[in-house]
Amino acid sequence: MSIEQREARQPWILLTPALTAVLLLLIVPLMFIVVYSFWLKSAAGADTPGFFLDNWQETLTDPFYRDILLNTLKIAAITTIVCGLLGYPAAYFIARSKGNKAVLLVLLMLPFWISYIIRTMSWINILGVSGALNAAMLWLGVIDEPIQMLYNETTVILGLTHFLLPFMVLNIFVSLDGIDTNLEDAASSLGATRWQGFLQVTLPLSLPGLAAGGLLCFVLAAGTYITPVILGGPRDAMFANLVYEAIIRQLDWPLGSALSLLLLAVLGVLVLIYNRYLGMAQLAKGLG
Amino acid sequence: MDDTTRYERLRERFQNGDISRRSFFGLLGAAGAAYGLQMPFARQAFAQGDVSQVRFDGWGGVVSEAFRKFAFDPYTEKTGITVVDGTFPGGDEYLALVRASQPGEYNIAHLSGVFDYARYHSFDLNSELNLDNIPNMANVMPALMNAFKSITPDSLSAAPYNYGTTGLAYNRKHISDEEMKEKGAKILIDEKYKGKIGGWSDWRTRMWYAALQTGQDPNDIKDTDAAWDAVRKHRDVALKYWASGAELMSLMAEEEIYVTEGWSGRIHALQEQGHDIGYYDPPKSFGWQECLFVIKGSPMAACEELINFMLDKETSIAVAEGQSYPPALDPTKVDLGEKIPKLPAFDATGTLSGLTFANPAYWNGNEAEWSKEFGRVQRGY
Repeated sequence: MSIEQREARQPWILLTPALTAVLLLLIVPLMFIVVYSFWLKSAAGADTPGFFLDNWQETLTDPFYRDILLNTLKIAAITTIVCGLLGYPAAYFIARSKGNKAVLLVLLMLPFWISYIIRTMSWINILGVSGALNAAMLWLGVIDEPIQMLYNETTVILGLTHFLLPFMVLNIFVSLDGIDTNLEDAASSLGATRWQGFLQVTLPLSLPGLAAGGLLCFVLAAGTYITPVILGGPRDAMFANLVYEAIIRQLDWPLGSALSLLLLAVLGVLVLIYNRYLGMAQLAKGLG
Repeated sequence: MDDTTRYERLRERFQNGDISRRSFFGLLGAAGAAYGLQMPFARQAFAQGDVSQVRFDGWGGVVSEAFRKFAFDPYTEKTGITVVDGTFPGGDEYLALVRASQPGEYNIAHLSGVFDYARYHSFDLNSELNLDNIPNMANVMPALMNAFKSITPDSLSAAPYNYGTTGLAYNRKHISDEEMKEKGAKILIDEKYKGKIGGWSDWRTRMWYAALQTGQDPNDIKDTDAAWDAVRKHRDVALKYWASGAELMSLMAEEEIYVTEGWSGRIHALQEQGHDIGYYDPPKSFGWQECLFVIKGSPMAACEELINFMLDKETSIAVAEGQSYPPALDPTKVDLGEKIPKLPAFDATGTLSGLTFANPAYWNGNEAEWSKEFGRVQRGY
């Protein structure tokens, strides 16, 4: 074997463990789900193997699934916008702080040490009828009776924002931290106010981080299942809840497979659009 | 010989210089590969041999605590077999897990309802108990046994263990006993309590109570449209569908909701904790029986021994008092003490003729359609 041939093979040899893991843990299970989506659920007992389009027809034509999907995308979009609005100032503060940046970053990561479910359930103790907020308002005389604040779409968005905000902050921080502060000084020396300097220099340069954080928040929010279960009311379901119900409650694995693939396809298209215009490198930076 | 001893012997041979480093690591790798690639039935075969543990899955909360304290720990002490206890929020979720598992992975489940027994049978997940190994089964109420025998006449896969009802739980600070008795199941669709009503996110319970709200027989709903309208009405006045017994107890204890249907034992547990919560079984309230179901591929002898241990009079009564559900033991044969006759849903006759159970054929026959429809209705359709 020539040196050139050996050098050409080396990257593939190094990549083999990762590719094997992706193949066995992602591609193969995904193929199972694809195959399952063409099967049929039997009234009782084992599913009927075969190539049936019934599940796909139902998934793609039933307005029920379309409406829940659109509502899921709406909730994910609102959550992403809220995370962006709250996350940018926090990330800017961390990026521009001197000396205590590491401490602030550790504080930002602290919530990850607690289970996501516990963090979500903590809102019940804050916003519940007997929760901290109602108790405080009653004590202060602001209200005479506890206010019902839980179990609606707003609390679902609140719970998602709580969960996803650190992802947004981290991505924006990575972007802001990489911007040379001399550029802002240069803008000032050319007569720009601090606000103009931010709007015309810092913000445009940090947009890739904002977009990467937005993509992460959106994809994670759109695929969430537990937040609506804990903080939502009877009607507050997202698409992942339908997948859960089809597979777990109705034991309809074929339909659940088709639904999960539809969600995967929709989110996959969004990732492709992101990649087309911004590239995946920024996302990798944020995750790193 | 167990794997640890096998490994220690191999390591000793390597350390003594009897085998080379290459052979030692080669054998370790081969053992790992063999373990990873063993055929699915190997686990089942091992399950029938030396048994050091049995897996038990139940409903969690006070029920699991009672099992652990009064049954599993004493059983382990007596036999040396560890009981690994898992929990599930509902029978549907658990069945999905079992379907996706290897034989022998799940052993005994605290299943609810005869319809679950029938479902496991239809998925070919049923085992065959040797009743000679479970002499305490003789004390179980025949009425509970017969329900299972109607599905598997020649054998049993489960031992009945306890029973209860899903009745109406209400906060006495806001709803009087008189009002509850007057309104019955219809209180769950009463606009007066809009935003303070709860309900289990279980299609069977929703349809059962919809049948009661529309004056129909839950085991023979003629006007399904009217029943679904009642489910919709409940959805519109409900604050929250609860998904587990723990959530039910939390919602009632925190006064997030004033009224819901609830599991008799859990509500009794709340009453024991000092909450002023009433429990009322309306006519044709949802009765159910729970069993200890042994799943296909389990170590049968160990499971039968555990079941026999759990059906022992002392254990059974202690668990029943702990979980607040009456035991399956026949009260005409066994003295159940003073506390159990005071539990909700207790039937002193041993016939259970006063309770209405779900007809498994009827409910399983409608499962596919109704579970899917409920998924839509609860989302506003």
